[in-house]
Amino acid sequence: MRVTSMIAVAALVGLTACAQDGLFPPGGGVNGPGAGAGAVGDPTSMAYFQSAVGDRVLFPVDQSTLSPEAQSILSAQAAWLRTNAAYTAIIEGHADEQGTREYNLALGARRANAARDYLVSQGIAATRLRTVTYGKERPLEICSAEACYAQNRRAVTVLQAGAGL
Amino acid sequence: MTRLFRAALAAVLSLGLALPALAQSGGPLRIEITQGVIEPLPVAVPDFVAASPQAAAAARDIAQVVRDDLVNTGLFRAIPSSAFISQITSFSSPVQFSDWKAINAQALVTGEVSLASDGRLVVKFRLFDVFAEAPLGQGLQFAATQATWRRMGHKVADVVYSRITGESGYFDSRVVFVSESGPKNARQKRLAIMDYDGANVQFLTDASSIVLAPRFSPDGSRVLYTSYASGFPEVYLLDVGSVRQTALGNAEGEMTFAPRFGPDGNVAVYSSSVAGNTDIYLRRLNGGAPTRLTSAPSIETAPSFSPDGSQIVFESDRSGTQQLYVMSASGGEPRRISSGPGRYGTPVWSPRGDYIAFTKQNEGRFHIGVMRTDGSEERLLTSSFLDEGPTWSPNGRVIMFTRETAGESGEAAIYSVDISGRNLRRVPTPGPASDPAWSPLLP
Repeated sequence: MRVTSMIAVAALVGLTACAQDGLFPPGGGVNGPGAGAGAVGDPTSMAYFQSAVGDRVLFPVDQSTLSPEAQSILSAQAAWLRTNAAYTAIIEGHADEQGTREYNLALGARRANAARDYLVSQGIAATRLRTVTYGKERPLEICSAEACYAQNRRAVTVLQAGAGL
Repeated sequence: MTRLFRAALAAVLSLGLALPALAQSGGPLRIEITQGVIEPLPVAVPDFVAASPQAAAAARDIAQVVRDDLVNTGLFRAIPSSAFISQITSFSSPVQFSDWKAINAQALVTGEVSLASDGRLVVKFRLFDVFAEAPLGQGLQFAATQATWRRMGHKVADVVYSRITGESGYFDSRVVFVSESGPKNARQKRLAIMDYDGANVQFLTDASSIVLAPRFSPDGSRVLYTSYASGFPEVYLLDVGSVRQTALGNAEGEMTFAPRFGPDGNVAVYSSSVAGNTDIYLRRLNGGAPTRLTSAPSIETAPSFSPDGSQIVFESDRSGTQQLYVMSASGGEPRRISSGPGRYGTPVWSPRGDYIAFTKQNEGRFHIGVMRTDGSEERLLTSSFLDEGPTWSPNGRVIMFTRETAGESGEAAIYSVDISGRNLRRVPTPGPASDPAWSPLLP
């Protein structure tokens, strides 16, 4: 048995990718609800806003419309923001895990914007508010059941010290 | 079940997949399909012959890569060396075909590995049709640095696979993905890259920001992905060689995600959310203003070009639920292609142009499926608590995707499945992993 020919094939290129230190962009991103600063008893504190006013509203499956309960929480947020004018806020929109990653990002953007629009309608300057979507990337509750999903379909108003964004 | 079988058979037939068998009757090597069940082709891949003691490890390891590649397709079965009657001790000696026929080896791969004077590995190999007692194609020789020995095995396997199935191969390819760690409510995500079989994992980013859904450029040299480095989702471009990352740049109040390259590698199509509304945009990667391709109050996302660049498939909930639509690459009125029950997302056009892979949600389950580009012949390939994000092998025969398990300890992993629905496998990764994107065949 003889082989007819041996064909030399071009040399393989070397592997390229090498993770290198120091090339990563500065960190940022992951904003949870954030630990509240100040005492809960202080009505001008972030802690008071989170616990007494309520920093989040919840949504039904695949919805971004605000329930009457959500509207009343957002009204209270707006009242607090009017009084505490030094704060700005980033509104995070979140989804539960029952959806594709990209769709949930878009859905989270809708939810954050629904909360934002309501606050603006209550007289909060749009320049004090920004929105961000986390899709299903940052669930609060981690069981795979409706009890957890209901808590994860949320828009959270995260206060930032300092006026203007 | 019967329908699934028929669908699997149809898929195999439509791909023109030839299966080897009938060797006893003296026919050529080809794949035989019996009642929709493919009998894996018995193949013998003895350890390659080492031309010198220094090449012994490579000779053994490269043959193992070839065996693994072929077996992983589900189309081949490797005959264990313990069953061999002949041993291949010399690459140039005649093959004793009777010894390989006796163990029913339909195909035989022999090889030799030597170390060149410049330190590079040289691999020669031959493929034989045992029952025809003839070589199948010409012998080939590859040379490469020792560090890339695995790629030489993949190259050999690609040639063997291609000659027997008539399809182009897919083993000498890479996968960029998201490596995950940490608890479900504080998951850390890093971009990583690996060989298609899970070997040679390298990290491309650190864990300081959430990163999502990387996508290869058509030549595999760059990656588009979404990062939260600025605090907001934003599309980035990464050069795989230098690991340099560049934000494409969000406008004021804009969030961008779900990017993909156009087939010429010069444009990106992606989603942009402004004031809660998500639409699809196109931009040149060397600068210039974005072009808006959709303009609707509904969600438009997950765009993917047809390989000829003329059309874009995407998902939209304009009908009330997520469905798949195809539009011209310049925008305009889209036509809906999905029509079954449930919701459809993350459509991806096959590199062959013949199918669109997608994620489907129906009755509480997630599926990976494929359909013709007009929406016909829908077939679901998988079913689980959460399957999503298909990506095509370079030859359009295999799909990788993310499968995530339920519950507090739920984790993501990368799986692959043949587009016939057969051969579901978990792709090994060092830890939990998601969002795979398959490169083209490497040069």
